[in-house]
Amino acid sequence: MAGIDHAPPPFFKQGPAPLALLTFYLAVSLAIFVVDLRFQSLELLRQSIALVVDPVQRVAQTPGSLVDYAASYLQGMRALQQENNELKHTQLTTAPNLQRLAQLEVENERLRKLLSVKEREKANGQVTQILYTARDPFSRKIIVDKGQQAGIVAGQPAIDETGVVGQVTRVFPFSAEITLITDKDQVVPVQIVRSGQRSIVFGLGNGQLELRYMPANADIQVDDVLVTSGLDGIYLPGFPVARVVNIERDNAYSFARIFCVPIAGVENFGEVMVLDARQPLPPAPPASAGRPGGSDQPELRGRSKKTASKGN
Amino acid sequence: MQPTFSSSRILQPVRPWFIVFSLIGAALLNFLPTAHWPGVPDWVALVLCFWCIREFRRVGMGWAFVLGLLMDVADGAVLGQHCFAYVLLAYTASSLSRRILWFPLLQQALQVLPLLVATQVLQALMRLAVGADFPGWGYFIGPVIATLLWIPLTFILLLPQYRPVEQDPNRPI
Repeated sequence: MAGIDHAPPPFFKQGPAPLALLTFYLAVSLAIFVVDLRFQSLELLRQSIALVVDPVQRVAQTPGSLVDYAASYLQGMRALQQENNELKHTQLTTAPNLQRLAQLEVENERLRKLLSVKEREKANGQVTQILYTARDPFSRKIIVDKGQQAGIVAGQPAIDETGVVGQVTRVFPFSAEITLITDKDQVVPVQIVRSGQRSIVFGLGNGQLELRYMPANADIQVDDVLVTSGLDGIYLPGFPVARVVNIERDNAYSFARIFCVPIAGVENFGEVMVLDARQPLPPAPPASAGRPGGSDQPELRGRSKKTASKGN
Repeated sequence: MQPTFSSSRILQPVRPWFIVFSLIGAALLNFLPTAHWPGVPDWVALVLCFWCIREFRRVGMGWAFVLGLLMDVADGAVLGQHCFAYVLLAYTASSLSRRILWFPLLQQALQVLPLLVATQVLQALMRLAVGADFPGWGYFIGPVIATLLWIPLTFILLLPQYRPVEQDPNRPI
């Protein structure tokens, strides 16, 4: 270096060659990239780094939240009164349904017992505050303020007051990451309310969702509402997910292209409710049950084991 | 060390804690909620590039790797994405350092622009290759804004080195 430095430049002790170092670091980076993407086995590393980064990140978010707070503080009495009146009004309009809900649930439970149908699972959960949206511009994720400490595990669904928002994908000690349903290729199994038809809705990454693998002549209309079907064992059935906005039927393809928008305020800030993990679904019947041929080998083995144990 | 090699002004040697401080400051700037606005530069990449050019013996690929890991976790991105891009940036910046420092600041900025653009494009390519969503063109404006900030950034980050050690009016330089 041409300048004056206190220490003389190390002429002979230079460490490994820059190109060797570069190769090493690039190889390590690529290895981490592939392992994290394909095998998701680096969560411990991520969690330990997040333990350091997360508090700093929360502090960095305070200016924004202070501005929000100041804005709402200065909003004035009139706006608050108006909002209060509106809330009272909506409360009154929903009151008839709410008041009868408890009675309906009891009645539903009794009827289900009479029909000997499995009881409906109750939706319980924890209300969490959205801290910030993840900075990654390639995906749609939000960070909420409860994590392992509050018993949140990856896979739990998250809803807001109108519908499904997303699913918990990563859990850190004091925060959790929720992938929104609009994230690219985020999947929610749904059911069309009007026709009862089951399907799967995929996020497109641009704020819309797409209902895929529906035949071109499927019974579906614009403004149809999609709710969770509950077949996946993750989402409870009946939560609104999306509304159909556009259907492109092209005879050249066997499937219709159906675009939907999320019903929940997916891109909003505020609070979301992380629902508790569902009770595990009953085990699926063995795949080999009705299929004769090569696949009945394990069944035979099982039977022989049973007879063996009987014999003992 | 001089502000540029063609300058006759001689600077004090850099204090290591100031490098650490400025890199942490850059990370904090990255964590701000402004990061979602289009055209906000990647501060860590910019400051890292600056120190790799100015002080390539102190700041190099090791720092780039650690900072990349930090940004990956902070972003919620795939681990290794920032690491890869930053390490390559650090290598290129430090190998071009002897050349870039001969130019005046404006031309330095022009030489830094392709490095920063490459950092951003590389990350986009890595994510798009594995099926992520296109982030929009706003993502690629960041490096251009960062280049415009090169001159003020150089001034700010060299400020602690401008002061002479002892205030002596009869000093020759």
